[in-house]
This record gives sequence, C-alpha cells and structure tokens, in this order.
Amino acid sequence: MKISEVIRSLNTEVVQGQFEDTELEGAYTSDLLSDVMANAKSAGALITIQAHKNTVAVATLVNISLIIICNSRPIPEDMIEAAREEGVAIIRTSENQFMTSGRLFNLLGCR
Amino acid sequence: MQDDIPINTIDSPTVILELIYRLKIKDVMTTALITAKRTDTLRHIQALMKENYITGVPIAEDQRLLGIVSIDDIVTALDKGYIDDVAEKRMTRNVIVLEDDMPLSFAISYLNKYRYGRFPVLNKARELVGIITSKDVIRTLLVEINREVLRLEKKQSHTTPEDSAVRELQFTTTHYDFEGAGHASTEIKKALKELNLDPKLIRRIAIASYELEINQVVHSYGGTITCSIQGDRVIITAEDTGPGIENIELALQEGWSTANEWIRSLGFGAGMGLANTKRVSDEFTIESTAGGPTKVVSVIYLKQVKEQDE
Repeated sequence: MKISEVIRSLNTEVVQGQFEDTELEGAYTSDLLSDVMANAKSAGALITIQAHKNTVAVATLVNISLIIICNSRPIPEDMIEAAREEGVAIIRTSENQFMTSGRLFNLLGCR
Repeated sequence: MQDDIPINTIDSPTVILELIYRLKIKDVMTTALITAKRTDTLRHIQALMKENYITGVPIAEDQRLLGIVSIDDIVTALDKGYIDDVAEKRMTRNVIVLEDDMPLSFAISYLNKYRYGRFPVLNKARELVGIITSKDVIRTLLVEINREVLRLEKKQSHTTPEDSAVRELQFTTTHYDFEGAGHASTEIKKALKELNLDPKLIRRIAIASYELEINQVVHSYGGTITCSIQGDRVIITAEDTGPGIENIELALQEGWSTANEWIRSLGFGAGMGLANTKRVSDEFTIESTAGGPTKVVSVIYLKQVKEQDE
C-alpha cells in the first residue's frame, strides 16, 4: 500500500505532506530511538510519541518514510522542517500507539 | 530587550555553543542561598535583601520551595501598606524553576524569555539547591570564554594541515546539544550514498555513527566523530574528552544506562547504544578509563555483508 493511501485510510491530520509516495513495507511501534535504529524496517512507518527533531534523524538513517505521532502530541516546527528537508511524511492522530498499530496491521494486511 | 543576555542559543559560534551546553546550571548557580520562612514578615525579608544586596528571596521549608518574594513585591507592599504581613500571604507561588542538571543554555533562554531576574534551582529530588541570576551567567561565561580563547590561541599556533589519501569526514559533538545531534550521521550517510554502496551496509554504518554520536551528546563533555572511507572498509571513530566509563563491561550490556530522566523522556538512554554499535560492526574496540577520555572504533567491511542483514 502506498503512503498516500495509508494516510487517506487513517483519515487524520497531515503535518508534513512533502514526500515521495512509495510503497509502505511495514511498521514499527516504539518510543526508544535506539530500539527504532536497531529494529525498524526499511521503507516502513514509525508509530511513536517522540515528537522532536531527533526522531526525523533516526527515521532518515534507517529509511523510515512515514512518522505517525500519537496522542495528539505537539510537534515542534524544527521537526516539521527537518522532515520536509528529508522528505519524510508526518501525520498526527489523537489515538494511542496501540490503536494506531492495530489499524496499520489491518491496512497492510499483516494478518 | 536591553536586559537580555546577548547570546543566541542556536546559531552562536561553535565555541560558545559548546560552552553553554557543556556547563550545567549547577556549575553556574549561587549555592550560598538566602531564604526566608513562610512565617517571616515582608519587613524582615526587606532587611535580608538590604543586608545581602539581593533582589529576590525564596521562601522555603526543609529545602522545599514554597514561593518567592522579589523586590517588586516589597515595593508594592510598602505602597499598599502591608509590609508587616507574613511572606506566606503575599509571596508568588507559581515560581518558574530550573533544574541543576540542565545545560546553561536553558538558563539563558529562560532569563530572556521570562521577565524575572532570578530563577530558583531544584535538584532531581525537587529540593531547593541554588539560585541563578543573569549576573551569575555573565560572570561564568566571561571566565570560560577567556579560558577558551586562550586555548584556541595556543592551538592555532600548533596545528599543521594534514593530507591523507583516504577520504575522511570529521564532526564535533557538544554535550546536551540535541538540536545538532544526528548531523554527523546524516552527513556521513549522504557521503556514503554518493558512493553507491549497498543500502544495508549504509544502514549499518549509519547506526554505528548515530549511536556513537548520541552517546557523546548524552554522556561526554563533547568530542569528535570521524568517518574514514578506505578501499575495503569504513572506520567510524568516536573520541571524546571525558569523563570516561567506569565499567566498560556494564556499559556494553544491553539495557544498562546512566542517562537521567530528562534524557530518557527524549527517547534516548535506553542502554542500547554500544550494544547496537557492536552488533553492526565487523570490528569493534572501546578504550576508556574513569575520569579520562573514551575512544570507540567501529570498522565495517565493504566487501562482505554480515549474515544478520541477509
């Protein structure tokens, strides 16, 4: 499934919408950046509450193409800027990581 | 604003940025605290201010901060005629505080952001341990800047340009500078991408450099990250100026970390940094002594791909 389709299906706020619309290969849920580095899948989504610039740095390094910020966490401007520069999409949802992971699990047909 | 400390915490010269991130509030604050009890009168507090040449007195009980009375409060009390009221009745209760572990940059932005002349400082246990004013900040900065200028002058006369056959990239890191953290790794990754290396290899190198970079930002006084691209290998070297690792064996253990709460809340300090680095490296060495510098070298071969990534 393409990133844009996933975003459309989740029907939530698009915070940073400049990205290359590639196929989403999976997702990883974590708030520990070292854990994300070690275990996140390439070309996947990251489900997290860590809304700051370092999340974008980690995402870029391990080729994460979509960051989903949960619990309506505020997102600082420098994070959005960094993501725009690197072409990483950011969306934000009021739901928590569990609910969001569940939705992606179904959307990506992981069952 | 005229009262601002004229230092930009984001794009000042590197030397200044290193200083304001390396120094902690506890290095700068006044610890000889003059406090008053909640039952003291404003008149008593006024006398305290006069005797000690200060303009603000924290109200505390058993090292717990209850509020603060500033010289403005005293002037108002004299004007309105309640100078004999007890502090408890008139003090400011919602006091903005700083933590002793935070970098000095926080104090500078607070002093510039809020119109207060002083901020009480609490430790991790929320105990009142000091107070910081713009005077403290300016005095410490002048001393440190002098020392730094002296060091740079000496260094300049010693350095000679060096040439090397291999391609080398070097970046400096600064203690607690999470704004700049990740810069080295991002640049290294860009340079590797241009060489058209296998994306899996690039990922491993990026993990090693990022973990080592973050380690320096979180734990060291600052240091350098060097990426040397040679014919058949990439060598990432992380060297810092201290304070060293007490027990290397423990530090290598997954899940073991000395990071504080504040760092953990940013998603770091999970105790996986060195373990992650070792896992992605073909050769890995670490040298450190307590109180001394730490040097970590991660070598990744370009010819063969580690099995775990197949």
